[in-house]
Amino acid sequence: MTKKEIFLTAAFKENSIWRQILGICSALAVTNLMLNSLIMGLGVIFTLAMANLTISLIRNWTPRSIRMMVQTLIIASYVIIVDIFLKANLPEISKQLGPYVGLIITNCILMGRAEAFASQNPPLDSFVDGIGTGLGYALVLLLISFVRELFGFGSIFGFTVLGDWWINWNIMVMAPSAFFILALLIWIINTYYYKAKV
Amino acid sequence: MDISAFVLFWAAIFTSNILLTNFLGMCSYLSVSREIESAFGLGIAVIFVLTVTSALNWVVYHYLLVPFGIVYLQYIVFIIVIAAFVQFLELVIERYTPALYYSLGIFLPLITVNCAILGVSLFMIIRNYNFIQSVAYGVGSGIGWLLAILMLAGLRRKLKEKLVPIGLQGAGISLIITGIMALAFVGFSGIVQIQ
Repeated sequence: MTKKEIFLTAAFKENSIWRQILGICSALAVTNLMLNSLIMGLGVIFTLAMANLTISLIRNWTPRSIRMMVQTLIIASYVIIVDIFLKANLPEISKQLGPYVGLIITNCILMGRAEAFASQNPPLDSFVDGIGTGLGYALVLLLISFVRELFGFGSIFGFTVLGDWWINWNIMVMAPSAFFILALLIWIINTYYYKAKV
Repeated sequence: MDISAFVLFWAAIFTSNILLTNFLGMCSYLSVSREIESAFGLGIAVIFVLTVTSALNWVVYHYLLVPFGIVYLQYIVFIIVIAAFVQFLELVIERYTPALYYSLGIFLPLITVNCAILGVSLFMIIRNYNFIQSVAYGVGSGIGWLLAILMLAGLRRKLKEKLVPIGLQGAGISLIITGIMALAFVGFSGIVQIQ
């Protein structure tokens, strides 16, 4: 596969959220505001790309029996970098994201890509795959948070767009709406993108 | 934080359910909920691991990480404690109770990457719980998770005979069911507030 194909497959065709249903936890938890989703998405892109690259670089020297532990530790190291960066530069958002930054470690997407792609492919391909997967993840987060923030607060990225006449939908701020919106998104994509037959 | 451990325990099950309000542990929740038996087995394993790891991580955090000033390493240390404990548990169960190993053993590796386990450890640190509170929160979260996965497994068994729109089959309909369950759990939210 060329680099472009790897990227497109990772980001859209085999998108980790809507196709493989991985990494749902954080996708639902941080999507109440678009800014949180964007920061979370960037954090995941960075961690995925760097962890994929590192795991791929040492793939020939990693004993099979302990590879899960090695992968987890590599991922955890990059997550710590993201966490410290956020705490230092964006303390406000770091507080709102709370434990969900640390939970990138147990995000199934990262282990999934490390196991399925990075441990069998050359470094540059793995890096591209990481960027693509991360972008696909960030895209879904932004789509969900767009709906939730628009209806829940009448704003986009914190800027009021719907004006005074808009009455905020409380349900969009609460947990259940995240489940419903993700389900609808999966439904729409299955029907129009994968053309699931009746 | 001066909430009693008893209140925290109930709150972790109903008002702040780890899965339905904090969205943790979704991956194994969606993939292992096809059969009630396996959902129950995994749920019991989660309760056990959550209880012990929340206690272990509390001790490690307050007596090792804080005195040595290496709190920033908490993610790595927590995940190692969890993985090591799960591995240890697997060995012990395999050695002494083979019957339990065959029913529970297959789920144990899944638990290390269940975000609910790490999530509870991180929540108890962020919210400054003491030891008793942490353990109560750990047990409660485990029971809450078991409750959620059992309900979904039961509903999915009923759904087998029903017609579901083709694009919604599998994960889609499970998410909608979970949303409705979460909506029902919002009804508990007035009782206590711990977040």
